[in-house]
Amino acid sequence: MFSSSSRWPAAMTLLRAALMLLLAWAPASAAGPTNDDCLACHSDKTMTVKRGNRTVSLFVDIKKFAASVHGPLSCTNCHASLDGKDLPHDPGVPAVVCGSCHSDEQKLHAASLHGKAIARGDALAPHCVDCHGNHDILPVKDHRSAVTPLNIPFVCGRCHREGTPVQMNRKIDQHNILENYSESIHGEAVMKKGLIVAATCVSCHTPHSILPHTDPNSSINRRNIAATCTKCHAQIEQVHRKTIRGELWEKQANVLPACIDCHQPHKVRNVFYSQGMADADCMRCHADQHLKARDGRNLFVQIDDVAGSRHAKVACSQCHSEVNASHVRPCETITHPVDCSKCHEEIGQQYQRSRHGQIQASGDHNAPICKDCHGTHHILGKHDPISVTFPTNVPALCGGCHREGQKAAVRYTGRQHEIIQHYTESIHGKGLAKSGLTVTATCTSCHTAHLILPRTDPESTVNPKNVPATCGACHHGIQEQFVQSVHSASVTKTDKELPVCNDCHTAHQIRRTDETGFMLDIMSTCGRCHGEIAKTYFETYHGKVSRLGYTKTAKCYDCHGSHDIQRVNDPRSHLSRANVVATCQKCHANATRRFAGYLTHATHHDPAKYPFLYWTFWGMTTLLLSTFVFGGIHTLLWLPKAMEMRRELRAEEAREAAAENGSLEQASNNDRKDGNHAH
Amino acid sequence: MPTDLEIRASDPQTPAPVRELKRPDREFVRFTRLQRALHASMIISFISLATTGLTLKFSYTSWAATVSRLLGGFQTAGFIHRAAAVLMFGVFSTHLYDLVQHKKREKLSWLGLVFGPGSMLFNRQDLNQFIGTMKWFVGRGPRPQYGRWTYWEKFDYFAVFWGIAVIGSTGLTLWFPVLFTRLLPGSFLNIATIIHSDEALLATGFIFTVHFFNTHLRPEKFPMDTVVFTGHMPIAELKRDKPLEYEALVKSGHLEEHMEEPQPEVVVRAIRAFAWCALSVGFCIVVWIIYAMVFAYR
Repeated sequence: MFSSSSRWPAAMTLLRAALMLLLAWAPASAAGPTNDDCLACHSDKTMTVKRGNRTVSLFVDIKKFAASVHGPLSCTNCHASLDGKDLPHDPGVPAVVCGSCHSDEQKLHAASLHGKAIARGDALAPHCVDCHGNHDILPVKDHRSAVTPLNIPFVCGRCHREGTPVQMNRKIDQHNILENYSESIHGEAVMKKGLIVAATCVSCHTPHSILPHTDPNSSINRRNIAATCTKCHAQIEQVHRKTIRGELWEKQANVLPACIDCHQPHKVRNVFYSQGMADADCMRCHADQHLKARDGRNLFVQIDDVAGSRHAKVACSQCHSEVNASHVRPCETITHPVDCSKCHEEIGQQYQRSRHGQIQASGDHNAPICKDCHGTHHILGKHDPISVTFPTNVPALCGGCHREGQKAAVRYTGRQHEIIQHYTESIHGKGLAKSGLTVTATCTSCHTAHLILPRTDPESTVNPKNVPATCGACHHGIQEQFVQSVHSASVTKTDKELPVCNDCHTAHQIRRTDETGFMLDIMSTCGRCHGEIAKTYFETYHGKVSRLGYTKTAKCYDCHGSHDIQRVNDPRSHLSRANVVATCQKCHANATRRFAGYLTHATHHDPAKYPFLYWTFWGMTTLLLSTFVFGGIHTLLWLPKAMEMRRELRAEEAREAAAENGSLEQASNNDRKDGNHAH
Repeated sequence: MPTDLEIRASDPQTPAPVRELKRPDREFVRFTRLQRALHASMIISFISLATTGLTLKFSYTSWAATVSRLLGGFQTAGFIHRAAAVLMFGVFSTHLYDLVQHKKREKLSWLGLVFGPGSMLFNRQDLNQFIGTMKWFVGRGPRPQYGRWTYWEKFDYFAVFWGIAVIGSTGLTLWFPVLFTRLLPGSFLNIATIIHSDEALLATGFIFTVHFFNTHLRPEKFPMDTVVFTGHMPIAELKRDKPLEYEALVKSGHLEEHMEEPQPEVVVRAIRAFAWCALSVGFCIVVWIIYAMVFAYR
């Protein structure tokens, strides 16, 4: 089929017809025996000859011959050795050489498995006549032809079916060929439905160039099988687009499964087979627990792992492609590791674009590949609670590399640290681990499972531009509010960076918003951008109370709203003229419009904006300063004089005490004198 | 220290040096029982107000948060603040009532009450005494002869009078903002906040420094003058500090009416303990204010 003849079938047919006309005209000029001469003897139905131990009929049915494609020819055109000979001829006429006319087919056949067997002298090898017949050869399109599509399976099946000498004595890998074929989708079409366009043996194996599948030129070689099948299944790439990119399929068939890996030869069905190419064959070696590769890797395969996995119905060779069944160890031809994207094509493409894929492509072995997260033979779906990709297990899975000190965390230069620990303590982490909520956001909920990109990448799900949508996947109602708020990029057009969810809620430490910590931090969070206004807030009662660490006071979002923040002059704002009183009344029942005139962000440092406050403050400050200066000077001046007075007082006290002591002594002396006197 | 104790234990004959207080038989009564009670109440009220109020004013210091927590949180602190304010208002109105009673007792006219000899209002004599005091300070004259109320005592008195009026009124505005903004614009609350807070700072700062020095800490009184707690002062002190009053009393012959037995020893001790507490808290607050204003101001 790779010869020119197959490529120009119409031209060849014309050429052949012309040649035959030429031959038909030729006998007129030839001197040899005519057909009638030959038939003088060969019309005798009892004419036989003994060849070896076989008795072969030499009868020629002239009617059939005349109706055959070779009808216009004379006998000697084929039996050329008898040309010009006298009759009756000697027995032992050499065999007819079809190739004298059908040279292309002859060449192909000679190079084929059948031709080489003939050359070897294999008695079982088929000659032209074994398939095509001899004197009654009909055009292929004639339904009575031996080689019309409907007959082909039987022609080939004469040898290639169970119990024939060929099947028993020659090494043929496939078994029950005819039987399997007859049950296959092709066989059913041909043999049961009479669909002459359905594939027969020759559609795949070619009529004459039958080669073993190990031969690179064989139509059923791995490299060629796709082309062979697409002869009929021209648009099969479209059907398999999800699995295999069309171009890859043809160009790099070695890394991809060939058609026959899934659609087994001769058994082709429009469904996958549960049993693949040769799982049992693989397990002949890989069931050995001590099987080691040359580099020491353990090659033991726990077959139960596969059986219990998502890939239970996938054959070994569908993943471990490149196996070659003609080798004793079919796996020795494997040169590439398993490529999951053969089937999981879309995921494979995502992975290639992801940070993991980029690092992997750069040749860094630290990068995780499919099996690092999903495992190998025991892959379970993300819905299986014992799967490593089940939501509750995802943080630990990612943490294997992204935990502080691990290989991913070490190379990471961004702002996020203690990611796993923070996540575990976050509302999402608690929801997952403590409340067992599998719908809680895990690593992959925000970062995706396969298209993980750094936040700087515009395509990343955690890029600021995409964060609202990422969070909105769960928090849809919030996203709806947010996209209409003043912080949304769709509302405010600015060069400045607008806040998105994680700017207020953080990325991994997300807390309940009714936690004291969150409520108190919100002021400095808002203050990161609204610095001045946050500062002035802290000059008011609300700000001072929250600064002391109490939450039962108005915080930014109590007045401005949280996700639905609008400019204060926007009618939708909580602080618009229509809404502000109600907003104050949330805490201050009975608040009036006049009450709402309280300046919640007032500062006494801005004479232009708040002249009253400014001058009040400076009036009070002047009063304070002058009072303290006056009091201070008065005190300082007094101090030395007071010291002086103290010294004088102490001196006086001392004098008084001395005087008192003196008088006491005098008194006692007097007593003594009196006593003396009395005596 | 242990050695000292050993020495002391080994020599029980030597008594610890005790400064014997010579207790006079009779003392001059400067303040009535009610006035003393009012002053004590005011101390409690004032310190409570200052402590709780300053936690808000200096909320940016970690001190403030600690004190606020100690007091039981900002809501409890606020409750204490308001309760103390009510006490202060009570002290204020009781004093005003007492003034009216005083007027009745002494059969004074309103003018007599305001401008009489016992009046707290500044008069020409105070100006003269102030000038005299300044001269004395710089060594250009003798110590002036002060009367019953010196000009700095009158200043303290009016500082409190003014303070209660200003801080009290603005405080009420902030206490009942919804009520007051039925009449006043909302931004008046901002102004009231500034006035309330700064006036309070003035009051605390002044009381805990200038007043403390003028009455307690000046060397000849150090460490404290207990007259306002006991109501009594030695006659010698009256003679020395308030010579004009003494002379007037001697001249009128009413001095004996103003003399009383001294307070019992235990009462004086209790009073001293209380005064020490008040002084200490006052000093702490001063330190806090200075720290907050100078080192942590934001």
